[in-house]
Amino acid sequence: MKANIFPAIRLTAVCLLFFSGIYTLIVWSVAQLAPNKGKGAIVTTNGKTYYSNIGQKFTEDKYFYSRPSAVGYNAAGAGGSNKGPSNPDYLKEVQARIDTFLVHNPGIQKSAIPSDIVTASGGGLDPHISVQAANIQIKRIAKIRAISEENLQQLIISNTEKPLGGILGTERINVLKLNIALDNLK
Amino acid sequence: MNTEITGIILMYAALVAMAIPLGKYMGKIFSNEKNWSDIIFNPLDNIFYKLSGINPTKEMNWKQHLVALLTINLIWFLIAMFVLTNMHWLPLNPDANPSMSGDLAFNTAVSFVTNTNLQHYSGETGLSYLGQLTLMLWQFISAGCGIAIAAVVFFAMKEKATDKLGNFYFLFVRSCTRILFPIALVIALLLVFNGTPMTFEGKDTITNVQGDTVQVSRGPVAAFVAIKQLGTNGGGFFGPNSAHPFENPNYFTNIIETISITLIPMAMIFALGFVLKRKKLAWTIFGVMTIGFLLLLIPTIINEMKGNPAISKMGITQPMGSMEGKEVRFGSAASAYWAINTTVTSNGSVNAMHDSLTPLSGMFAMLGMMINAFFGGVGVGFLNFYIFIILAVFISGLMVGRTPEFLGKKIEAREMKIAMIIALLHPFLILVSTAIASHLYAQNPTLYAGWLANPGHHGFSEMLYEFTSSSANNGSGFEGLGDNTPFWNIACGMVMLLARYLPIIGPVAIAGILANKKYIPESAGTLKTDTATFGLMVFAVIVIIAALSFFPALTLGPIAEYFSIY
Repeated sequence: MKANIFPAIRLTAVCLLFFSGIYTLIVWSVAQLAPNKGKGAIVTTNGKTYYSNIGQKFTEDKYFYSRPSAVGYNAAGAGGSNKGPSNPDYLKEVQARIDTFLVHNPGIQKSAIPSDIVTASGGGLDPHISVQAANIQIKRIAKIRAISEENLQQLIISNTEKPLGGILGTERINVLKLNIALDNLK
Repeated sequence: MNTEITGIILMYAALVAMAIPLGKYMGKIFSNEKNWSDIIFNPLDNIFYKLSGINPTKEMNWKQHLVALLTINLIWFLIAMFVLTNMHWLPLNPDANPSMSGDLAFNTAVSFVTNTNLQHYSGETGLSYLGQLTLMLWQFISAGCGIAIAAVVFFAMKEKATDKLGNFYFLFVRSCTRILFPIALVIALLLVFNGTPMTFEGKDTITNVQGDTVQVSRGPVAAFVAIKQLGTNGGGFFGPNSAHPFENPNYFTNIIETISITLIPMAMIFALGFVLKRKKLAWTIFGVMTIGFLLLLIPTIINEMKGNPAISKMGITQPMGSMEGKEVRFGSAASAYWAINTTVTSNGSVNAMHDSLTPLSGMFAMLGMMINAFFGGVGVGFLNFYIFIILAVFISGLMVGRTPEFLGKKIEAREMKIAMIIALLHPFLILVSTAIASHLYAQNPTLYAGWLANPGHHGFSEMLYEFTSSSANNGSGFEGLGDNTPFWNIACGMVMLLARYLPIIGPVAIAGILANKKYIPESAGTLKTDTATFGLMVFAVIVIIAALSFFPALTLGPIAEYFSIY
């Protein structure tokens, strides 16, 4: 044991220098060439800057809603609800979200509501919703903003992110980008 | 075909296609055969040896290997404790986060040194950037330590009778610099160009479209996430791990991260085939592991894509499956794949909240950790599987009336005793500690009300999952558990310690003892260990010993919950 202590301490120090120091510095240096210098991807509109991957809370009726979030979309400390599938309080909460959604979206069938718009995401910062979740909000937004439903439909189609290479993963819509496009639609 | 399904088929195919050549490369690294990496890494490794005062050519026997491993791990633990309890005044702390309390620091230090990465803190508020960067160091070197010690067992499985099994430091340094470092660097750079931050600036404050002001945590994330996946560490930079859009921004990064979780554990099996020149044995082991993996994976994908029946009853539709705790950009199939991937390999990172998985999916995730040998953690996954091989050889030998032999070495009482103790240690640690926690909770549910986020069977599952994760050195959690209390910090810390070092000591001891024995050439009477029949035997032993001992506990948790909502 004794013969190992000093080599072990010295080896740990060298590893610290190399893996925490040099490795980190290499990644950091290359990151200076990345979009926004490795400070997170951003989207700019009308002089305002947002993080394009970090979802935002959209609860006003004039915007497409984002998903519920366990942390209120505050990216200072992200997290999920961690509610189990059988938890009675949780199921009541989902039921209440469905009821609220129906009140704000008259004329929408309950069976048309997809579950992603009434359940919270894992990180609480999900920037996306499903295409169906956007489509069922067209009626409400068309009425409030006095825009034709066809125009909104077009907006959704042009903001739909296809599966990777057309064949891998999900089809989805970035709510932030969709709502920015919505605000710019005049 | 459904694009979510094609996504996961591609991930698995790409994984195997990369693991085979990597395994060959790793075999060369272990055996010190000439290869392209020598040009860059021979000078680098020599700097490591020189600065550390190590003679990398000094051969060690199995006991010397274990002493070297345990000594350096003790030093890592002490340094980790110092940094975690002194972060508030040390540099690189732009968000002015506090130091950890003693019990939380103990848990976290043990957790990262043992390659577990169980996290009872949240990265955004619980660590400075210096804390993150030192934790990242353990992510490299605890993984390198696991790879090195598995290579020692590979050497011991060779035909000659010897007690010389290579040099621990030599294998350790090479594993870190030539395997982990270059691959982690590639992954980190891919992440950076897909939107993962790599900055030393602190929180940003922004005003959202609707006018509310929020803060956005950032940091040197890309470097951290790369090695977290590659070294089966799993500890996230942020609280929600790879469900956070900064750690895992899109479906492409999800593919990269998913593949890197299983890459080295799978490549280890192929490396074994190359080192021993027994490719058929490697393919037999690979076959058993793959079948076990698929048996856990397929029902989990089906369950998650079907959705939560309690939500179906409300009359809405679940076209994407069960979406609580999941991200739309990954979907439920890729999240289910990740959940099984991360639990069979002892990685423990998540891209969806396991606490919100449907009951049976939660059970399959737990089973992955309870078995802990379908690919398993880097290096140590093979050691766990080795124990099952030894047991299967012995049982098969008895069944056909032959002396149990493995690769030409007789297995006798001493090796069997060690193998049984190690095989039973895992269920013992999990079940006893869960029983103690459940007893405490049942005695005083008001005092411990903060422990459980969910009532009933699911609450029991939260406790069972936490200890299973600790004992499997996995690190994922049913995160509803209020686990930053002295009880959970210390109990989980003790379980992680025992479950890391005893299952390393046991197989290394067995392999070392076997290596010393006389080699008996194969004859017509030898039990062949590279056949499908033997593969089936190993699988049966795994099912009987690992899976069935947990069945009663699983009936109380996930199985009971399943029947309560279907």
